[in-house]
Amino acid sequence: MSERTTMVSRRLLNHGASAKLARPRWYEGQKASTLLSRIAIMLLLFAGVVVIMIPFVWMISVSLMNKAEIYAVPPKWIPSKFLWRNYYEAVVTIPFMKLFRNSLYVVIGRLVGTVLSASLVAYGFARLRAPDSNWLFVVVLATMMLPSSVTLIPQFILFTKLGWVNTFKPLIVPAWFGGGAYNIFLLRQFFMTIPLDYDDAARIDGCGYLRTWGQIILPLSAPALATVAIFNIMYSWNDFMGPLIYLRSMTESTLALGLYFFRGTYNPDWNQLMAISVLLILPMVAMFFFAQRLFIQGVVISGVKG
Amino acid sequence: MAIARQRNVAARREAWAFHMFISPWLVGFLVFTLLPVLASLVLSFTKYNVSQPAVWIGLKNYRDAVTVDPTFFLALKVTWIYSLASIPLQLILGLLIALMLNADIPLVSVWRTFYYLPSVLSGVAVAVLWTLIFHPSSGILNNLLALIGIKGPLWLYSKQWALPAIVVMSLWGVGGSMIIYLSSLQGVPTTLYEAATIDGAGAWKKFWNVTLPMISPVLLFNLIMGIISSLQTFTSAFVMTQGGPEGATLFFGLKLYYTAFRDIRMGYASMMAWVLFIIILVLTMLVIKSSSVWVYYEGAVKR
Repeated sequence: MSERTTMVSRRLLNHGASAKLARPRWYEGQKASTLLSRIAIMLLLFAGVVVIMIPFVWMISVSLMNKAEIYAVPPKWIPSKFLWRNYYEAVVTIPFMKLFRNSLYVVIGRLVGTVLSASLVAYGFARLRAPDSNWLFVVVLATMMLPSSVTLIPQFILFTKLGWVNTFKPLIVPAWFGGGAYNIFLLRQFFMTIPLDYDDAARIDGCGYLRTWGQIILPLSAPALATVAIFNIMYSWNDFMGPLIYLRSMTESTLALGLYFFRGTYNPDWNQLMAISVLLILPMVAMFFFAQRLFIQGVVISGVKG
Repeated sequence: MAIARQRNVAARREAWAFHMFISPWLVGFLVFTLLPVLASLVLSFTKYNVSQPAVWIGLKNYRDAVTVDPTFFLALKVTWIYSLASIPLQLILGLLIALMLNADIPLVSVWRTFYYLPSVLSGVAVAVLWTLIFHPSSGILNNLLALIGIKGPLWLYSKQWALPAIVVMSLWGVGGSMIIYLSSLQGVPTTLYEAATIDGAGAWKKFWNVTLPMISPVLLFNLIMGIISSLQTFTSAFVMTQGGPEGATLFFGLKLYYTAFRDIRMGYASMMAWVLFIIILVLTMLVIKSSSVWVYYEGAVKR
């Protein structure tokens, strides 16, 4: 198991450097039956893609419709006229820019805390020995299994007593204390694939542990850190329950919670609701397309841990 | 002597540095995990509404759950049915798609992108979108069904169909587990398939005797993750149905939220959290225990 993890992490480390194997094209040198089954598979996959994409297309379509078209029976697929005004009206109905900034604030606050603290902790577990280091790591792994509901209520009471309700602190501060067991695990696995020679060389040059972490390990771990960052951004942006519990007013909420408030308090038409939904998912869709490799890598590492 | 002492000093210094490096996690673990877990256990034996001090009531919360509360077992049942439907469907559908993507077809990364895309989206946006999709008259689902001559049900407004609707929606996110299978499938050495071909194994035998054992650790991983996440389902039910109609989608996580944050009954909610915790723990342990029978670890004699 660990061997495979190492393999994957290596691939992460020198990504892009691996040589492409010269393979025959998918349609070359195949028996007719194999070729036919491949075409059948592609048709099936294409049908699946259509099913998956219909909700997306329809979401955008509805967001551009006029009121009558939404409730038309049978429904219209394409609006007769693209009403971009729906977006404008939806955005000015809710304090959109404020919510966007709030989301951004939470995302960045959590991101910095997570990357910093998780990489520090992971360095400790990957490189430093202490009598209790092994069982402490087992504790880290065990917390990954813990359902969040079992810590939710005492945490809420704690943050209430601290007067942190209706601030972003309950969402951001915990991220600065370890950055999540899963991220610690992922970074530790990656750090362990970096040859110890680097650490030795740094030590001979007079680097302490902290400088070795900051100047040797972190720069070498850019792909793994980017993977952690991207999942963290996605989680923070999409998080619903955290903001729902700690943020109480529309102006102080994040965009994800804002969509919920929008529906509950303004009772908007579906076109405006879809417009805000599109705007809410757009940043994540864009990030996914630009940083797809990192998403896949992250999932790969998480899956191989078994 | 001197060398031994020096080594001792170095080891102690390293141990000290170790504790410094992990201190953020250690503090966070104590304050945000261990203490809350213990506190919620203690709270589960109390009556507590935050503004007044907690009152110790012993096992009353647990007794009430079994005897008085009419929706406690309903919530367990709803969650249980949902999990029994959605976990196997997710596992099988995810694996099927991954197998198809692994069949040496062109443009794998493009296909993969489309199938994974729904998994990166905000849960609220997805829930809002599907609320409209399931709309009995204006939703596309029933209108597509009408095209092939099926009169669609009322979905979220129907006691019978609301829960299946949420299962259907959850399948939209199947790409998450698919991508884990796919990476595992791509790691199965081709030599194994070649050997199986020489031994005269057909496609089905290859799948059953090579592919399945080789990806079984990932199957285990997806199963455990599926159990943990589906037993805690919250956002979809909260946004789409608020537990209705008539409690048909009153998930355990949703009831827990209502108990804690609408009714402000923190003691009772803590009891629910611990019941959920123990259910998840027992199920996970059972699955892990059973895994020695059905999970194959390469090169490992026994873990």
